[in-house]
Amino acid sequence: MIAEVLAGKTESFHELIRPHERSVYLMALSLLHNEAEAEDAAQEAFIKAYRNLHRFRSESRFSTWLIAICLNEARAKLRRKQPALTDSIDDTADGGVTPAQLTDWREIPSETLERQEIRTLIRRALNALPLAYREVFVLRELEERNVQETAETLGITAASVKMRLHRARMMLQKQLAPQLATATPSRRRRFPWF
Amino acid sequence: MVLNCRHVWDYISGYLDNSLDEAIRASVEEHLAHCEICSAVLDSTRNILILTADDRVFELPLGYSERLHARLTQAMLEVPPQESS
Repeated sequence: MIAEVLAGKTESFHELIRPHERSVYLMALSLLHNEAEAEDAAQEAFIKAYRNLHRFRSESRFSTWLIAICLNEARAKLRRKQPALTDSIDDTADGGVTPAQLTDWREIPSETLERQEIRTLIRRALNALPLAYREVFVLRELEERNVQETAETLGITAASVKMRLHRARMMLQKQLAPQLATATPSRRRRFPWF
Repeated sequence: MVLNCRHVWDYISGYLDNSLDEAIRASVEEHLAHCEICSAVLDSTRNILILTADDRVFELPLGYSERLHARLTQAMLEVPPQESS
């Protein structure tokens, strides 16, 4: 399909990107935290991809290439919005994240996500992650990229990907586990008349 | 190898990704078998990852796709893609 677009059948580009619309938007949203800006960044990324399609090399996945373009677009927007933004992360520093220590965990089923407040809790926790951790988390968990693809997209080592992902997961557990446990009490009911 | 809770927390991600070497994995499992807190940390982390990755957490704005393709059509009219060199 890429060859078709480059040969002049430009309408094929619409079909080419359709499977990637969601993941590109999600990447932008995870950085920008604003739907309108994320949509704009996603549109810009797809337009850049179209204009630079001849530069795409088939040794990488098309989706990975698109995500990398989107990441650059969203980071540039972020820098314009917050010029002083620094998010330096030392992947070699000691000191893990201490998780929330509960004595038991009752599984929270996916149907719980029908509740707006639960979705909001999760979005807030994700948005609260440091940018460098959030980028890795979104690529690995939401975009389902492997460690190597994530490392290549972000220009970091595989060891850094693993460290950032681990810390992001522990930070989310620390924040979300107590909140979700409180917001979704056990379904077990006590019947006082027995 | 006997692990304490703090060690096990450091291995939670590797355990979930099945990327620990066999001896460490066995030690983690041995610890999990008798530690309620670490079992709850593992279960809650796994559960939270499933919830976080659900498509319902982040929904696409209404009309996103239509607006995207309309803007692309406009961009295509302005500049055709360059031929591969």
